[in-house]
Amino acid sequence: MTPDTAPALSIRSLDVTFGPFRALQDVSLDIRTGEAFGLVGESGSGKSTLLRAVAGLAPTTAGSIRMGAETLKPGKRSRAFHSRVQMVFQDPFGSLHPRQTIDRQLLEPLAIHGIGDGERRILKALDEVGLGAGFRFRYPHQLSGGQRQRVAIARALILEPSILLLDEPTSALDASVQAEVLNLLEQVRRDRKLTFVMVTHDLGVVTHICERLAVMRGGQVVETVTSADLIAGKVSAGYTRDLMRASEGFRRH
Amino acid sequence: MTPLLQVEDLRVSYATRTGLVEAVRGVSFTLGRERLGIVGESGSGKSQTGRAIMGLTPPQAQISAKTLRFGDIDLLTAPPKLRRNLRGGRIAMVLQDPKYSLNPVMTIGRQIVETLRTHARVSRAEARQRALEMLAAVQIRDPERVFDLHPHEVSGGMGQRVMIAMMLVANPELLIADEPTSALDVTVQLEVLSILDRLVGERGMGLIFVSHDLRLVSSFCDRVLVMYAGRVVEEIAASDLSRAKHPYTRGLLDCVPTLGTHRHPLPVLDRKPEWRL
Amino acid sequence: MTDLALSRTASLRDWLLSDRPQSRAQARLGRAYMTWLRFAANRLALVGLVILVALVAVAALAGVIAPHSPTAGDLGGARLLPPLSPGYLLGTDDQGRDILSRLIYGARLTLTVVVLVAILTAPVGLLIGTVAGYAGGILDGVLMRVTDIFLAFPKLVLALALVAALGPGIENAVIAIALTSWPPYARMARAETLAVRHADYISAVQLMGASPARIVFHHVMPMCLSSLIVRVTLDMAGIILIAAGLGFLGLGAQPPAPEWGAMIASGRRFILDQWWVATMPGMAILIVSLGFNLVGDGLRDALDPRESGR
Repeated sequence: MTPDTAPALSIRSLDVTFGPFRALQDVSLDIRTGEAFGLVGESGSGKSTLLRAVAGLAPTTAGSIRMGAETLKPGKRSRAFHSRVQMVFQDPFGSLHPRQTIDRQLLEPLAIHGIGDGERRILKALDEVGLGAGFRFRYPHQLSGGQRQRVAIARALILEPSILLLDEPTSALDASVQAEVLNLLEQVRRDRKLTFVMVTHDLGVVTHICERLAVMRGGQVVETVTSADLIAGKVSAGYTRDLMRASEGFRRH
Repeated sequence: MTPLLQVEDLRVSYATRTGLVEAVRGVSFTLGRERLGIVGESGSGKSQTGRAIMGLTPPQAQISAKTLRFGDIDLLTAPPKLRRNLRGGRIAMVLQDPKYSLNPVMTIGRQIVETLRTHARVSRAEARQRALEMLAAVQIRDPERVFDLHPHEVSGGMGQRVMIAMMLVANPELLIADEPTSALDVTVQLEVLSILDRLVGERGMGLIFVSHDLRLVSSFCDRVLVMYAGRVVEEIAASDLSRAKHPYTRGLLDCVPTLGTHRHPLPVLDRKPEWRL
Repeated sequence: MTDLALSRTASLRDWLLSDRPQSRAQARLGRAYMTWLRFAANRLALVGLVILVALVAVAALAGVIAPHSPTAGDLGGARLLPPLSPGYLLGTDDQGRDILSRLIYGARLTLTVVVLVAILTAPVGLLIGTVAGYAGGILDGVLMRVTDIFLAFPKLVLALALVAALGPGIENAVIAIALTSWPPYARMARAETLAVRHADYISAVQLMGASPARIVFHHVMPMCLSSLIVRVTLDMAGIILIAAGLGFLGLGAQPPAPEWGAMIASGRRFILDQWWVATMPGMAILIVSLGFNLVGDGLRDALDPRESGR
């Protein structure tokens, strides 16, 4: 996969503050078209806030976000944006409406954008995420965590976006289910030539999915490296090394 | 010498609208003064096993076993008062999230002192002294200050260390740790684990470490029980993990992406119905 | 034959409880059936439901089942007859009117008041509460201060003042009760909205580009609905009592309308000698209020969002 040179997303000096707390400070990143980009860090590092700021779900106080040629206005997103950028959330139990059937939740984006042909699209989306038509009229509580996450992916894909924002999409899942969902994500990325921005705390997952990643801490980007360099240990920041050591697991001293 | 804990044919079941659901189906093991890991995915019955030993299953659960013995005490027939005394005294448990296990309206110090004083006859001053020592033992730099804080004023990692301090202050013989570090950041996880490791080693406690993370457990424990659908499918020495025989254990090891391995797509578990038997 | 019927009900049950519904209708019916099962598991709630069904049936069939006219009495031969008198099961009042027939027709008035108040207040409370909760900021402040103002007045006193200004009568009583009953619903709907507005499933529809109105109507309101239904049902008993209270004070339904509260008021003059005149409508009020309370309690368990989540 050779990434295009024009960035899909270009973030410049972005600040997000919640009251006195600066969740993001002066963050600048370029995410290339067609690449999978990882945001890695621990809780409070601002990695999820950055993703939500791009999605328009967190208020930005300074800086700019450009998507292709369009500069996104703070707090406002156009209809075109919503059909180009979609998101998959961390908690598969919280991201589906508990009182709506899967059918209804997949129909909603089509209804909002006035797209007809719902029947065929819903069946195709369910098929694409490996669920099949049998799941169509179930409620979320009738599904397992992995199945819910597949529904969430189907819902994100049904508007045929070009950029998918992934907020720890597998951290609430069992290891074997995580493998299935990661495989599914790679599959849809290949099939649809998607750009991924993936937030995670797991270096194994991020190097598996992404070509490049930014390590974040305390609302700032510590460094940006390629997965290959990270695996080879060619990193400059001490914090990145700490994370790498931690991901190797417990060792008795 | 009698083992610390003997479990034979432990079963935990719940009555539901659709019939009896068995969460644990005949688990047996004995535990000496060693570290035992219990690993499995959600719904495997690993946490239910820990809770049944602790006596913390909800009242609607039915528990049965051929043997459930802690030292010389038969836990199945022990009166509730004795079991309460054991809990927190000779058997302690650390849960996943300190946010939900610490009392939010009581200072940290007072919670530790209360725990100690319900299980040992010590004066208030001595209890305070031991609580401070315990906080120092879990590597809290300024025990005097933390003693007077409320749980919401400390971070997750600090909270879990406080939890460990509270659980170990009465010098238990057996510690059950249920996903003690899963809610913590990776760098903090290691600190907490090494504290737990040192204390368990120094005090010669028995440890049951319940987790979903097979690699973590095998790096921390002597012996590992792998559970699937309420049963132990494989028991293996942690050092022999790479030679695990059961396809479920092997699958669990294989399906996790790790730094520097290139497998696209990742191998996935093909769950065989006969594993449930 | 019975076997066949049995297997048919069994398969209907399976169809309703299926984990993999095949159509929208089956999914919805299955969900309703689960709610019904939880409701029916509560015996007292079923008793309450029987009471309410009986109330509706009596009100609907009043003309057929009432043995006498509710308004025209037999002043000459049947004044203040005790219960179980021939032809007058619950006795007669001072105008010689059959109390049973008046109670039966009175059920219509009670039901009218209850239904009208519910229709007027619940949607208003739901709308104001969800909009305030979802919008936040200035709109939230304004809407909630208005709600607070209405909440600050004691219900019955405000109703009295309104009826005194508008003039007595059942319609004005309904308006007065409705004006004083919606604020708690608004408060409750707002609290529920605040609890769900930051949920990921709301973020997900925001990210699809749904308008705020669409989010409030399609995604937030359904989450508030079950607690609202429970609350409204439980409040019905209180509304019946306020309506009866207004009737008792002569500010509700006017004579000779057989309103239960007014019936008690007219019976109170001879409560010691002819106790039944005031007691029978009192019993009716008691039983119907109890019915609403029992059903409300049952609904609380059946519609509990934590329960219906599984």
